[in-house]
This record gives sequence, C-alpha cells and structure tokens, in this order.
Amino acid sequence: MLKVEAVIRQEKLNDVKNALTKAGFSGITVYDVKGRGRQKGYVLNFRGREMRVDLISKTKIELIIDDKGLDDVIKIIKENAFTGDIGDGKIFVSPVLDVIRIRTGERGKEAI
Amino acid sequence: MPIDTGDTAWLLVSSALVLIMTPGLAFFYGGLVRRKNTNAVIMQCFACMLLVSTTWVLYGYSMAFGPDVGGLIGNLDWAGLNGVGLEPNEAYAATVPHQAFMIFQAMFAIITPALIIGAIADRMKFSAFMIFLLLWVTVVYSPIAHWVWAVGGWIRGMGALDFAGGTVVHINAGAAALVGALYLGKRRGFGKDPMLPHNIPFVVLGTGLLWFGWFGFNAGSALASGALATSAFVVTHTATAVAGLTWLIIGWLHKGNPSLIGACTGAVAGLVAITPASGFVDPLSSVVIGVGAGAFCYAAVQFKNKKGFDDALDVWGVHGIGGTWGAIATGLFAQKAINSAGADGLFFGNAAQMIPQIIGVAATWGYSIIVTFVILFIINKTIGLRVKPEEEAVGLDLGQHAEEAYVD
Repeated sequence: MLKVEAVIRQEKLNDVKNALTKAGFSGITVYDVKGRGRQKGYVLNFRGREMRVDLISKTKIELIIDDKGLDDVIKIIKENAFTGDIGDGKIFVSPVLDVIRIRTGERGKEAI
Repeated sequence: MPIDTGDTAWLLVSSALVLIMTPGLAFFYGGLVRRKNTNAVIMQCFACMLLVSTTWVLYGYSMAFGPDVGGLIGNLDWAGLNGVGLEPNEAYAATVPHQAFMIFQAMFAIITPALIIGAIADRMKFSAFMIFLLLWVTVVYSPIAHWVWAVGGWIRGMGALDFAGGTVVHINAGAAALVGALYLGKRRGFGKDPMLPHNIPFVVLGTGLLWFGWFGFNAGSALASGALATSAFVVTHTATAVAGLTWLIIGWLHKGNPSLIGACTGAVAGLVAITPASGFVDPLSSVVIGVGAGAFCYAAVQFKNKKGFDDALDVWGVHGIGGTWGAIATGLFAQKAINSAGADGLFFGNAAQMIPQIIGVAATWGYSIIVTFVILFIINKTIGLRVKPEEEAVGLDLGQHAEEAYVD
C-alpha cells in the first residue's frame, strides 16, 4: 500500500479529482496549504504599496492506494495538474504500513 | 412653490439610502461568488458609484431629464448641472431644490448597471467592464429613464405607471443581464465544477442593506414626505416579506430544505416587483404582488438552471422577470384612491391601463437587449470582453486587481 501526496494548483483540483474518481480512485483527502518551491510568489498591491507574497496558496491532495494503481494515479495527476508553467507542483509517494477501517475493523488492502 | 424642509430632508435621506444599496448589492453578489472572485465583483459595483456619479453630473442627468428632444432623450442644456440649481423644478418635484431631485436620480443610475454585474460575474475584464459601464449608462440608461420619467418622454406621455423604476431599473438591467450572460458565454467549468457561494452571511448582509435602502428607493420616489411616502413604505415592506416567505416555502417543498439564500433571493424579488407599483397599490394588493414575485422568479431561476445559460447570480430571473411582473401588476392593482396622480388598474375598472404598461415593458426589453448587444459586440471586437482562461482559473481578484479578498 502506498500514500500518494501531491501539491497542485488550487484551480486544478477539480480536474484532478474528477479524473481520479473516473478511474476508480474515489477516496481522497484535500488540504488547503501554503508553501513555496522554486516558484517565487507574486506581487500584491495595497494602496499602492507592493507586497511580495512568497508563500503561495496551494492545494494538497492525499490518497492511499494499492501498489498496482501507482502508475495510473501518477499519470492522472500529471496530466490534469499540468500547465507547463512554474508552480505546477510535485507528487510524493511513500509506503503505508497498515490501514484500519474504524467502523468494521477491516485491515490492510480491504480497508482502502 | 416654496421649498418644503420636510420634503427636502426626506429626499436627501432617501438619496443616501439608495446609495447604500450599491455596496449592499456588492456584498450580496460578493457572497454569492467563489472566494477568488470576491473583490472583483465588489470592485465592479464600487466602480459604478465612482464612474456613474461623475458622468451623471457632467451630462447623464441632462440626457435623462433635460429638455426633451422628440420624446426620446434629453438635450445637453443641463450638462454640468447648468441651470440645475437650488430652486425647485416645478415639473419634477415642486417642493425640493432641483439638485435634491438630481442627486436622488443619480443613485438610481448608479445601481442599475451594478445589477447587471451578477450576470457577467467571474469572467469579464475590468477594462472592458469600465468601457461597457460608460457606454451603457449613456446610451441605454439615460434614454430609457427619459422615456419613462422625463417631461416629454414618450412612455410617460402614454400614461404608463412606473413609480420607482420597474422598467427603467429592473427590466432594463435584467434584459442587459440576459444578453451579457449569453454573449460572454459560460464561466469556465460551468456545470462541471462546483460553483458554490463562498459566504452566505455576506449575502444576508447585502440583502439587509438592499431592503433598508429600498425604502429610500420606493418611498423616496414620492418626492415628498407624507401620506404617499408612507403608503409606498408599507407596501414595499409587505411585498418583500411575502415574497421572501413565498420563495422559502416553495423551495422547501420543491428541494426539501429551507434555504437561507432562497429566502434572501425571494425578498429581493419582492423588492423588485413592488418597485413600479409601490406608489399606486394598497397593502393587500402588495401581498399578492409578493406571492407572484416569489413564485414567478423562483420558476424563472429553475427554468434558467434547466436551460443551462450562465446568468451567474440570476439577474435575469430576479430583476428581469420580477420587474416585468411588477410592471404588469401595476396595471392590475393600481388605484386612484392611493395616488390621485396615478390611474386605476384592471381590477379597479380600467382595463385600458394594461396597454401602456405592456408597451412600456416591451419597449424596455427590446431597446435594452439590442443596444446592450451592440455595445458588447463592439467591445469584444476591439479590446475583448473575457479574461484569459488561466486568469479565470486563478480568480479575478489576483488576475485583474492584484488584491486578494482573503490573504491570510
């Protein structure tokens, strides 16, 4: 079992989420986050005073999947979060030891 | 006639009341859009206060209310408020300074284009909006205000009754909204992505300010303090409450939930519908007008949802349809017993009153649709109307204004 986390553009969330649902990956957790990568932020104006916003509002999605779904998930996220400009985000993959469904007590793959 | 201090006080207070409807509307619309477009829609409303106030003094008032040219428009004799002084103008408001009448009318010219913003929300360039605003108040608002309200205006001459702007303000804005929504096209992701109101308490705040300000709009349109203003105040309040209640109940039965946004939208529909009738009808008639406003506008919004055109915040359904119902209802329920300067309507033995009412409605719809389309077409072919797709995705607050509504 794997955990896939991706930091993406806020405005791409719906495309990514819909594509994942269509491919059968319906379980997802979504966070509003702020952060920065190599993208340098943007400039806001307040009464003519320029302010650099260097922590950018992003969306982080998180899903737990069976190992064999990994390539599909990565492909879907890459295709749907892509603009080609700086700031498209990153995908992180890490192993998951166990999953427990609280209501039934199921464990492992059954509980995903 | 000498200046009456009571009348003048009421008209100045009413002018301030009508002004606050526009920031009220900004909150109403601001709450209904997604958070990334909050500032943009509020900014468009605020821009109406800045730009239209300026043009009104320079030439707009003269084009709307100045000396008549062929029943169609005022000439520019009163440009820059030349001759519009502190002496009363007997033809418009005999007991208040002419400038008090002028500034009261300015507030109507401000809110009318602001109403259209709801239909084109979330996708229009601010530069294109400003040019649209300038052209629209000049070639759509001023002529129609002249037709209906000015001495010599052809709809006024026909005997059509429009107490506070059912045709001039609401049908006019509702028709322009329909054209704007269709010509600009849908918001990106419409029908696919959730486009939920981001702050419903803002919607309630906006509704409250609109309701409060509308007492100036309707009761102020008596242009005098006293019996008629009181009557207009009472029927305005009654129709609004009944329409909100009607929408709430219909929506509850139809969808299963009592919706706060629905209650607010219904109240606004009631305010719209009672507007042309407010100086001519009795309280029980206003109850019927309120029921009609809640029911017809609810149906119009459902119809729009089914057809799938993206009038984002339902300007057509609430103002276009509500205004049309109000103008027709004025022809049904008006009575001379309420306002001797008015006329009796269909239910009071004068079926002929329906004819000028219907002509007034049709002329406003027709003129507003055609001229709004021409304005949008010209802007689209020159500087373009819509923001870039990626800007629309990020939101207009950042894309157009570099100011976010919610930074932290």
